[in-house]
Amino acid sequence: MENLNSYLTVSAILFSIGTIGVLTRKNAIVIFMCIELMLNAVNLTFIALSRYLGNLDGQVFVFFVMTVAAAEAAVGLALMIAFYNNKESIDVEDVNMLKW
Amino acid sequence: METLFFAIITLVAIVSAILVISCKNPINSALALVMTFFCLATYYVMLDAPFMAAIQVMVYAGAIMVLIVFTIMLLNIRVDATKKHSHKILLGSIIGFFTLINTVYILMKSHAAAPTGPFTGDMIKQIGHTELIGQEMFTKFLLPFEITSILLLVAIVGAVILAKKKL
Repeated sequence: MENLNSYLTVSAILFSIGTIGVLTRKNAIVIFMCIELMLNAVNLTFIALSRYLGNLDGQVFVFFVMTVAAAEAAVGLALMIAFYNNKESIDVEDVNMLKW
Repeated sequence: METLFFAIITLVAIVSAILVISCKNPINSALALVMTFFCLATYYVMLDAPFMAAIQVMVYAGAIMVLIVFTIMLLNIRVDATKKHSHKILLGSIIGFFTLINTVYILMKSHAAAPTGPFTGDMIKQIGHTELIGQEMFTKFLLPFEITSILLLVAIVGAVILAKKKL
């Protein structure tokens, strides 16, 4: 078994890459995928710490995170389809109807 | 041997994660993301969590990514990058890099100091990971598990209503 810190470092790197993606991309679906990447990085932290501490609670939490991610995917993609029907685009810069 | 394997998996995971945020075409991003999910499943196997690895492949790389790819193809989005906002990319990269430095700094300074539980690697191998997870989930976490079903119901109803032609 590898060192705990190496898993946590990998998780930190993946999370940061996801953050950069959310902040720099404009396509809403790509932003959505970057959020999934960040969720997965956190899942890796949960499982590594759970294994290291000999406690399975973290793995049950990962299960719940996956459920929430599935629900989020369904609702989020439905929102994107509804927005595309209105604006013919899913650029986040076109989501400006609430601006003055 | 395991260290070498870990290094290879890490390399693949990070390269495919970078591909997720750098590909112009969303389909390529989605395929790179599937690759990252498989690498994470490999990590879970290395961490003695085979059930989580199976769930990762089935739910994430299977169900959620199929949903995303389906939406990308349904919407038939043209490839973006007509105009570039370099200052935004620079700012976002700086913030992301700062997050990374901060996290790694805290990681290097600290160590996990919680009371350790009863589950060792030998015990997981002997009893079976799925059985242990099931015991935890249906005894200690029964109420959150039931609430999860309500969440999924709300998500189904919400998705159907949002995707209707007339709101």
